[in-house]
Amino acid sequence: MDIQQILFIVLSAIAIGCALGVVFSRNPINSVLFLILTFFAISGHYILLNAQFLAVVNIIVYAGAIMVLFLFVIMLMNLNSDTEPQKNWLVQLAGAISGGILFLVLLSALVSATKTLPVMEQGSNDLGLIKNLGKTLFRDYVLPFEISSVLFLSAMIGAIVIGKKEDKFEDVH
Amino acid sequence: MLLLQIDWSFLLEKSVLILVIVLVSFGVAAYATWGERKVAAIMQDRLGPNRAGFMGLLQPLADGGKLFFKEEIIPEGSTRTIFILGPFLFMVTALMTSAVIPWGPDIHTAAGNVISLQVADINIGILFVFGVVSVGVYGIMLGGWASNNKFSLLSSIRSASQSISYELAMGLSLIALLMMSGSLSMREIAQQQHGFWDGHWLTWNVFKQPLGFFIFMVCAFAELNRAPFDLPECESELNMGYHQEYSSMKLGLYLFAEYINMFISSAVMVTLFWGSYNFPGMDWVAAHTNAIVFALICVIVLMAKITAFILFFMFIRWTLPRFRYDQLMNLGWKGLIPLALFNMVITGAAILWLFNK
Repeated sequence: MDIQQILFIVLSAIAIGCALGVVFSRNPINSVLFLILTFFAISGHYILLNAQFLAVVNIIVYAGAIMVLFLFVIMLMNLNSDTEPQKNWLVQLAGAISGGILFLVLLSALVSATKTLPVMEQGSNDLGLIKNLGKTLFRDYVLPFEISSVLFLSAMIGAIVIGKKEDKFEDVH
Repeated sequence: MLLLQIDWSFLLEKSVLILVIVLVSFGVAAYATWGERKVAAIMQDRLGPNRAGFMGLLQPLADGGKLFFKEEIIPEGSTRTIFILGPFLFMVTALMTSAVIPWGPDIHTAAGNVISLQVADINIGILFVFGVVSVGVYGIMLGGWASNNKFSLLSSIRSASQSISYELAMGLSLIALLMMSGSLSMREIAQQQHGFWDGHWLTWNVFKQPLGFFIFMVCAFAELNRAPFDLPECESELNMGYHQEYSSMKLGLYLFAEYINMFISSAVMVTLFWGSYNFPGMDWVAAHTNAIVFALICVIVLMAKITAFILFFMFIRWTLPRFRYDQLMNLGWKGLIPLALFNMVITGAAILWLFNK
């Protein structure tokens, strides 16, 4: 067993344990903290696959920015385990069934994927380094890349339009 | 046992380096508290701390001892684990950035070994710094929320929104620098600024990217929650801010980590913009001394630059008044981000047409 395998097992254990913690903790703040830990473990996996850029961007964007906003909302709403609304058993049953079906779909996808996908070569390639990634993004995939950035921009503008106060509109009339 | 093949000498070398860096950070931070009080005293025409030791030089030790022996109070309504986690997280993230900063040039020993004065030369060093900075806000946020105090909560929310807003401008201001350096590795950026004059232009990045440096510095002030952006600790509105409910060494960690942050961010600014450990005439010095002495001189030069920056931070704190919250957000979103984008376009155009790289 070499060090990569040990790291893989440790990281996987952390990722799965924290992901379960997200689902099972009663306090939403704890859920968010577990989710942040999960992101860190997944970033560790990216580093094992030599995708350093992806790992760091995962931390900056997800753990650093998006989860801060999550935490923001939960702190301001002051959600606690005792304020959590009690759902009736029908909703719980429906949730369990749909979740189970999703799990089956993912499981079958995973089982078929292991047969077809080639085994990822570890440690030797520099595929995930920022230079190669940049070249791939800005040469081979430049159009989808730019289109997705325009999509983000339009989403941002949409959020600003929705969030804007109406009273300024009346001044025009 | 050959279960794991680990290069033990490598591990030992790095451990010693990490230990030295952490201890130096603590020392600098401790004396930065003394320095801050002295600077404040000078600017306000007072004497400052002068009782403990010569010129009050033992004051940091006295302060530390006092904090250690204070009573630990964990408030009744607080969320205990997160309350304890907060200051530790803040301290850890404050120290973590030091791993990618090159503290000096490589030392080539007579035996042919190369000793690097950088803990980890990762090829995405700058992004690592950003990752740590963006995670650093959790220490304040969790501490403030777990205290179960409205002042602390408001303060931590202010701090988080301030950090997120200024991180954008900070990242954008660095893109222009990265376009010129072509590398994200701190070590390569440090090496590119070798000497002082390369025959055409000054080598230090601040002379190539003055606007980028200005934006980066303003953002660094905001990220550090230093005056004039110290709204999270605004006494007149929020009492003590996010560490209101903290006492004893947990409070000490918060206060201390702030100075460590100041030290490390000064080091980052020096490395990226002010020529790192390089100084004019370093080739001559390298030729006339042996490798270890040369490396030592480089480290001293780096430390001198960092000290100058820390002093600058202090002068600003005791000179400028605090921003109002809306002014802070306006400056970040409507002032610095467009300015950084403009800087990026100018740099791109210059590279394309003037230097034709």
